[in-house]
Amino acid sequence: MNTSTLAGMRAAITGGTSGLGLALVRALQERGAQVAFVARDAQRVRRVAAELPGTHGIVGDIADKADTHRIALQVNAALGGLDLLVNNASSLGPVPLALLADTDCEDLEAALATNVVGPFRLTKALLGSLAAAAREQRGPRRPGALVVNIVSDAAVTPYAGWGAYGASKAALAQLSRIWDEELREHGVQVLSFDPGDMDTPLHALALPDADPATLKRPAESARELVALIESALTPTETGA
Amino acid sequence: MKAATTPSQRPRDAKLLVVGANGRMQYALRARLVDFLRTGDLLVANDAATLPASLTGIHLRSGLPIEVRLAGRRSLAVDDLRAFSAIAFGAGDHRTATEQRPPPPALAVGDRLALGPLRAVVRRTLGHPRLIELAFDGTPDAIWAGLARHGRPVQYAHVAQPLALWDVWTRVAAQPVAFEPPSAGFVLDWRLLHTLAARGVGFATLTHAAGLSSTGDAALDARLPFDEPYRLPAATVQAVLATRHAGGRVIALGTTVTRALEHAASRRHGLRAGAGLATQRLGAHSRLRVVDAIVSGTHEPGSSHRELLRAFASDAVLARVDAVLLANGYLTHEFGDSVLIERGDVGRHPVAPRDHRHDLLGTGQGPIAGASARADDAGDACHPTRCDTAR
Repeated sequence: MNTSTLAGMRAAITGGTSGLGLALVRALQERGAQVAFVARDAQRVRRVAAELPGTHGIVGDIADKADTHRIALQVNAALGGLDLLVNNASSLGPVPLALLADTDCEDLEAALATNVVGPFRLTKALLGSLAAAAREQRGPRRPGALVVNIVSDAAVTPYAGWGAYGASKAALAQLSRIWDEELREHGVQVLSFDPGDMDTPLHALALPDADPATLKRPAESARELVALIESALTPTETGA
Repeated sequence: MKAATTPSQRPRDAKLLVVGANGRMQYALRARLVDFLRTGDLLVANDAATLPASLTGIHLRSGLPIEVRLAGRRSLAVDDLRAFSAIAFGAGDHRTATEQRPPPPALAVGDRLALGPLRAVVRRTLGHPRLIELAFDGTPDAIWAGLARHGRPVQYAHVAQPLALWDVWTRVAAQPVAFEPPSAGFVLDWRLLHTLAARGVGFATLTHAAGLSSTGDAALDARLPFDEPYRLPAATVQAVLATRHAGGRVIALGTTVTRALEHAASRRHGLRAGAGLATQRLGAHSRLRVVDAIVSGTHEPGSSHRELLRAFASDAVLARVDAVLLANGYLTHEFGDSVLIERGDVGRHPVAPRDHRHDLLGTGQGPIAGASARADDAGDACHPTRCDTAR
């Protein structure tokens, strides 16, 4: 497996103790990446870090401005640099799902804090490291560094009841596109990735009655995401 | 000089005094720094992020309050984290001038400190009641988590409001290894980096563990700067060599960049990528091997940073610079105004004299003259009187 482009790559993942995030932590580690993950619950962070020796667990809430630089500091310190950031931690908004007209503005703000402002802040705080990683690659085939923002088809399709989540993910997707445009010259790519409907705690919160058998396994989405990351970070003749 | 008291990294009216190799001075707004750089130049920044290096807690043997300010480390290796040199203070916080702070409780080898979630032991005393080597308990991840949660940026009485990490991280901050911000880098933002690239000015970084600038104790201040580890990326070495080869200037953004580059260049095999420990002090008698110009804050005469400027310009020029800074209300310290000093005769390198370089603007004028014309044309040159009223 260590022939992967990802061997030795320094990767940070938010929301790394469950669902897609946890599956991605495992998948990246299997391919030889050095992985740091972030989550709010200290006990769960400790448990995952113990279960996956060599990974670095960081306790923090990306929705909390005061935690942003604390997280960034620990990511940079643990990995000694950063090639890949995956903004995966997500908030559903109101639980149970609510029609927009029934959504409290505080719930919309909370969804925006986790799904838009949090990834924005953390990416900004880690941009120095990402750009440094890109600068330090040499030769004409430099793949640069990469940020992946996890989005959803709810960012595109207007599903009733998914207003806070869908609007916030739409904002994140557009943020990704603009950032990709602006950061290209610094060797940092910014992509968004829709993992599909997965059997995760977040999905269970949204649709408790869904039949898990009809949902994707997070590990399957993680494999697809790894393929996207490998493709984005494979050195090319044209380069970043 | 007056201290800048507001933690703003890029105030719109921040000033830049440009000092040419011939000692000629020009006033500018710092936001126009890029107008004084030329196609083919290379701007080198320190991308160290600033640690929350001030830790408060209890000296367990005496039960008395203590503040330690982490001040040095042997290397930048991520896991070489257990031992730091540190300056200790007694009760109080940054709002009291360091000179007025009471001494720490008497510190002996083996004393334990409780610093928020962190536990540490005094491993050595270092020849001064305030200076110790401190070793933290725990794994590197736990130590980093403790520092992140409990530590605060080192700050001084001239800035009253408590600083957050985002106040002291530059836009390019990466590895958290600086004990105080590499504040010359505050001028950087992504717009500036875009403009540099558009104008054919190179940009490169190194990582240097910028140390404390002041301890409040004359005997300790005389020992500054402490040895500072740094890391020089291969891409940066390549950019520096290519710039020199093509006749461009290497412009150091700050004293720490100068110290790292000049230390690396002074080694037996010349400028090489990798880790180093800057031990030298730069001053009037230093020969600069790599750095052609420095962008720096304004510094009080006598400070170690001001000493370093003597490698770039003669005492006569620096005395005039000091007088101009004072007369025109330039602000000092980390959030203050800046100078850009091109090295004059005192810093001339004996092997690669300036005559070999080309005037890349093709104006037939020196760099400052060319830049002056542009700044004046744009009508944004900041004259002393106008700057005074702007403040």
